[in-house]
Formats: sequence, structure tokens, C-alpha cells
Amino acid sequence: MTAASTTVPLLEARALSFHRQDEPVFAPLDFRLLAGELALVEGDNGSGKTTLLRMLAGLLHRGAGELLWRGEALQRDQCAGEILFLGHQLGLKADLSPRENLRIAVGLHGAREGLSVASVLADIGLRGYEDEPVRRLSAGQKKRAALARLVLLPARLWLLDEPYANLDRAGIALVNALIERHTDAGGAAMVTSHGTVSFHGGEPRRIRMHG
Amino acid sequence: MAASRDGSACMDKHPPGLAAACAAMLRRDLTLAWRRRGDIAMPVLYALIVTMLFPFALGPEDTLLQRIAGGVVLVTVLLAMLLALDAMFSSDIEDGSLEQLVLAPQPLALMLGMKILAHWITTALPLIVIAPLMAAMLHLPGAVIPVLLLALLLATPLLSLLGAVLVALTAGTRRSGMLLALMLLPLCVPAVIFAAGAVAAAQQGLPWLAPIAWLAAALVLAVVLAPLACAAALRIALDA
Repeated sequence: MTAASTTVPLLEARALSFHRQDEPVFAPLDFRLLAGELALVEGDNGSGKTTLLRMLAGLLHRGAGELLWRGEALQRDQCAGEILFLGHQLGLKADLSPRENLRIAVGLHGAREGLSVASVLADIGLRGYEDEPVRRLSAGQKKRAALARLVLLPARLWLLDEPYANLDRAGIALVNALIERHTDAGGAAMVTSHGTVSFHGGEPRRIRMHG
Repeated sequence: MAASRDGSACMDKHPPGLAAACAAMLRRDLTLAWRRRGDIAMPVLYALIVTMLFPFALGPEDTLLQRIAGGVVLVTVLLAMLLALDAMFSSDIEDGSLEQLVLAPQPLALMLGMKILAHWITTALPLIVIAPLMAAMLHLPGAVIPVLLLALLLATPLLSLLGAVLVALTAGTRRSGMLLALMLLPLCVPAVIFAAGAVAAAQQGLPWLAPIAWLAAALVLAVVLAPLACAAALRIALDA
């Protein structure tokens, strides 16, 4: 951690806030996220966790305050493809198979070196379901297919909104393992969750939201 | 900068080129349409049945049917296209695919252009294929049919592009179907006038190139501007 703290943070927010129709959605936030770090976004229902992640992803307009990406003001076309967002909607086409869904994602983003669609799907526990339409998969399997996209695409920052929903015990362990592998490889992740998250690689950074 | 120390070289791979991304988008939407190919047949059957109603309603009089044939085919194709227009972006918004598309390191306008192209191929092209049949049902002279097809080839992509902008603008609203029709149909008036004008001119043996050229000019303008407008409108629709 001491070596990492001398580097420029991947993402830094200074007095970041968001207003919807002149009503503040969350109180001004300050946080820094270094490469190789995990941040847990905590807060009650309606405290703006999803809003924060959608804003960081670039889906919502920027609120007041400063947002820095690698030490410079964050601009969409600079970090396009470096930030992945996984929300409540998984972004999978129900009529296509997991394999086809991943191929499209690779066509748009490219893939991490040394990873292929087939190997990632097998790794994530969808072996045998590669060519089944997503609509016929269970909720947990759909989630796994969406997680496979995170693993496969060459992104630096993962924004995960409730990644543990619909997952069984093994699935939760899988998400934790994926996040650990990602942070070990120099990536960073921001995760919202109600439940407690057990994380082996040290205590995660916590971002507390107040409505 | 010191931040590049932690292995960013292997992770910051450049995204695939535009051609590969466009091909991926096009293949995606065509595959999706093929998985639901029953939906492709609907507008075609609708257009055939509507065209069939005219001789029943007006009587099988050759001269009358010939006079209205061009206009009827054009308006029927327009209405049939309207049936399928609603679905252009709705499923992508519902399942979150659009969010992923917005976040992809590719120009959104171009990707949406590919979606519009795929939509045109799956809805308008089948209608153009059966247009000679519709024209024959209304006794349109065979010599005029190439002009009709040319007019349709230019007018239908124009309608797809205009329609896409309106679909994007109404993306967030409920019951957008009827609103869409009310907004799109007035905008189609110039396209209908020029396309029908070309067919009528050809029928009377007059030069028909000028209205076709107007259609082509409008199409060029729409090809450039409509995807940009779509991208802006959809970004706004997601930003809520």
C-alpha cells in the first residue's frame, strides 16, 4: 500500500455531488481509488449508490465537483473502454447465446490478451451452456454470463452495482475471486452492496453515502 | 507517469477498429432479427392486405386503380414500416444493451447507424421486394415499376433514419407508438410527395429524375445527421 500511495490515483473525486431537479441525490463525496484497490460503496436504499456508479460510468451527466481520471479531469473519450459498468440490467440479448453475446462485446471492446470467449465461459461456470439462448438460463447463470464480459474485456475500472444479487454461495465466492484477480492485475473496482463482503486481500476502501 | 508501472501495458489494448465494430453491430442485429423472423413477415403481410383492400373498396376499374397505384404503394409501405419502427431501440433499452453500447469505446452515432441499417434491411427491404406484386395488384404499368422501386429504395432509408431519430426522442416515454406515428407522418410528407411525384411523372411519360434527385439529396443529409441526432437523443434518454 505504501508503494501504491505514491502513484497517481486511478480515479479521484473531490466534493462530487449530483442533483436531480435541483434536489441533491447525495451529499458531496471525496474519495480516491488507486489501481489495485477495491472500494465498497455503502449506503441505505435510495442513498444514491446506483446514481454514483452510473455517473462515474458516464451514463449520467456530471454533477458538481471534480472528477479526476489518472490525475487529469475525466473526459469520456479518454477513458472510453477503460470503465465497465454492470448494473441491474445485465446488457445481454435474451435471444443470443452467452457465446454470441460475448463475441459482440469483444467486437466492440476487444479482448484481454490470452483470453478467449470459450475459456472465459468455461472458467465462469457456464460450460455446456455456451450456445443456449440467454433467455433460457437461470437468473444466476445470466449474471455469470454478464460477469464473463467483465473478465474478458480489457478494462481498468469495474463499476459493479449489486453484483451479488441472484447469486448462490458459490457465485458470491466467484464474484469475490474475480474482483481479487482483477485488483491483483492492477485493476480497480467499485462495488455497491447491502450485505457484508468478505474480502481476502486486505480491508477494502469504504465510501459511505448519505442521502 | 508513475501510474504506468503497474502493468498497464498489457491491459490498455487498443479497441478493435471501426470496421470490425460495425460488422459486429450489424451481425448482432441481423442475427437477432433472424431469431425472430416471424416479426419480419408481419409488415409484409400487412402491406399486402392493405393493398388488396383498395380494389375491393374502389372497384376493379383499371384507370382509377392505375392513377392511385403509385401513391397507395408508397403510403402502404410507409405505414408498414411504422409498425416495426417502435421496436428499433426499445429492447436494447430494456435489457441494458444500450448502456453497454454507450460505454463501448466506439463512436455511438456510427454504431446506431449500423442498427438503423440492420433495421432497414429487415423491415424495408422485404417490403421493396414485394412492391412489384403490390403494384401489379393495382394494375400499375410494368414500365413504371423500376421508377417505383428506385423511389422506394431512396424513400425507405430516409423514413428509417427519420423514424430512428423520433424513436430515440420518444425512448423514455410510455405508449410511444401512437405518439411516434403522430410525429413521424408529418415529417414524411416531403418524401411521399417526391417519391409519388416521380412515379406519377413516369406514368405520364414525363422526366422523373428531378424528384428522385431531391429524394437522394434528402437521404444523403439524413444519413449524415440522423445517427448523430439519435446518439444525442439516446444519451439524454439514459441520463435520467
